[in-house]
Amino acid sequence: MKPENQELRVIDTAHLIGEVEDYRNKGYRLVNMSCTRAGEEFEISYSFELDLRFENIRIIIPLDADISSISGIYWGAFIYENEMHDLFGVHVRGMNIDFKGNLIRTTVPYSFRNPSFRGEGPCQDR
Amino acid sequence: MSRQIVMPFGPQHPVLPEPIHLDLVLEDETVVDVIPSIGYIHRGLETLVEKRQFPEYVYIAERTCGICSFIHGMTYCQGIERVMGLEVPERAHYLRTIWSEYSRLHSHLLWLGLFADSMGFENLFMNAWKHREFVLDVMEETTGGRVIQGSCKVGGVRRDIDQDTLKRMNADLKGFEKGLKEMANVFLNDDSVASRLRGVGVLSRNDAYVCGAVGPTGRGSGVPIDARMTGYAAYGELGFSPVVEQDGDCYARCAVRVNELFSSIEIIRQSIDRIPGGEIEVKVKGNPEGEYFSRSEQPRGELVHYVKGNGTKYLARSRIRTPTLTNIPPLVKMLQGCELADVPVIVLSIDPCIGCMER
Repeated sequence: MKPENQELRVIDTAHLIGEVEDYRNKGYRLVNMSCTRAGEEFEISYSFELDLRFENIRIIIPLDADISSISGIYWGAFIYENEMHDLFGVHVRGMNIDFKGNLIRTTVPYSFRNPSFRGEGPCQDR
Repeated sequence: MSRQIVMPFGPQHPVLPEPIHLDLVLEDETVVDVIPSIGYIHRGLETLVEKRQFPEYVYIAERTCGICSFIHGMTYCQGIERVMGLEVPERAHYLRTIWSEYSRLHSHLLWLGLFADSMGFENLFMNAWKHREFVLDVMEETTGGRVIQGSCKVGGVRRDIDQDTLKRMNADLKGFEKGLKEMANVFLNDDSVASRLRGVGVLSRNDAYVCGAVGPTGRGSGVPIDARMTGYAAYGELGFSPVVEQDGDCYARCAVRVNELFSSIEIIRQSIDRIPGGEIEVKVKGNPEGEYFSRSEQPRGELVHYVKGNGTKYLARSRIRTPTLTNIPPLVKMLQGCELADVPVIVLSIDPCIGCMER
């Protein structure tokens, strides 16, 4: 098996749009956007690929911060951004298609924001 | 301009095995816009990493999908193995490749049957599913499970396939391939199939790229994206090139899947010929600490399992990006401008797996 080399850079939130535009101009495709809660912050990762080069950039934001949408650069990004909003409660400004919380209709609003299992059952013996 | 109306499509619909809802904005019989909504069967599997130890989570990962379950488990295992720096034995890589390709055959045949059914071609539907039974029988014989295999684990695989069985599998592929050729001839050359699919639901190469299309949806539009090219499992040692079509319509997406059946058979043959002897797993010590975006090619397209370990036996995060999720924006593009009567066929042409998407 050939392990894939993966680059990950943490960037300033203010540089997000410029960095994503750079990837778009170079011909990279958007592979994924993911959100992870890390303490009192969110890590939001953007993954891109061109000719099997897989690169990631990451911004770290406070839980109540807004981020800018990249759907003006990568049209299909709205699906990830709406998902992040509906599951984590991350506010994304300027989405090209904003479902206003109705893409993934969960019983518990923003159900991934405060993971309900944390501190219960087997997790206590960490 | 005609008056616009909004027509709901789904979540329950004869062509949809699983629920997804589309609000179709119509002008007369033409779809001018589409608003998808999901969440009817959202299971929150990703949060179960906090409740299950990382070796146990393989079972959860496998149950993300009832069709390509093996590939989900394998992709998750690859991520953990990379984080922990585990060197999986070569034989395990080859076995994973063989089972992955049987999963692809199973999935494509299932889809081809459903697709034929959506066109009202019942005989072709039954023919495709007859061939699928052969694949499921092999999976059952070699893993113990027809749909959920449970044969992949962190560090390798649970089961080996002996040489006699491998030889017989190789020999059996000949008859299987002959039957597939007859079926493929109907899918690719029958007038009624072609007239139902050609020019319908066209996705341009540029739209496929900008919208993030993956798998046969992207390859049907001329975008040669295939995660197997990264060389995971044993793919890096096998001769293989992605199946690509240029027209971007439903026929092209169907043709990609039909031709991938034969590509999968060839990969299985090569794997059986080259599989080395030796161990099938390594011992796993310690807990994962670090992160990795593990990628693989599911039958529907590129799958990403992001895993982040924090040094404990419970992962900090699992993120599963399934191909159907990323194929929803391209679906919206395909539907814009189509005729209402074509919507079911176009929706099915991306091979939507809502169970995966709603993991």
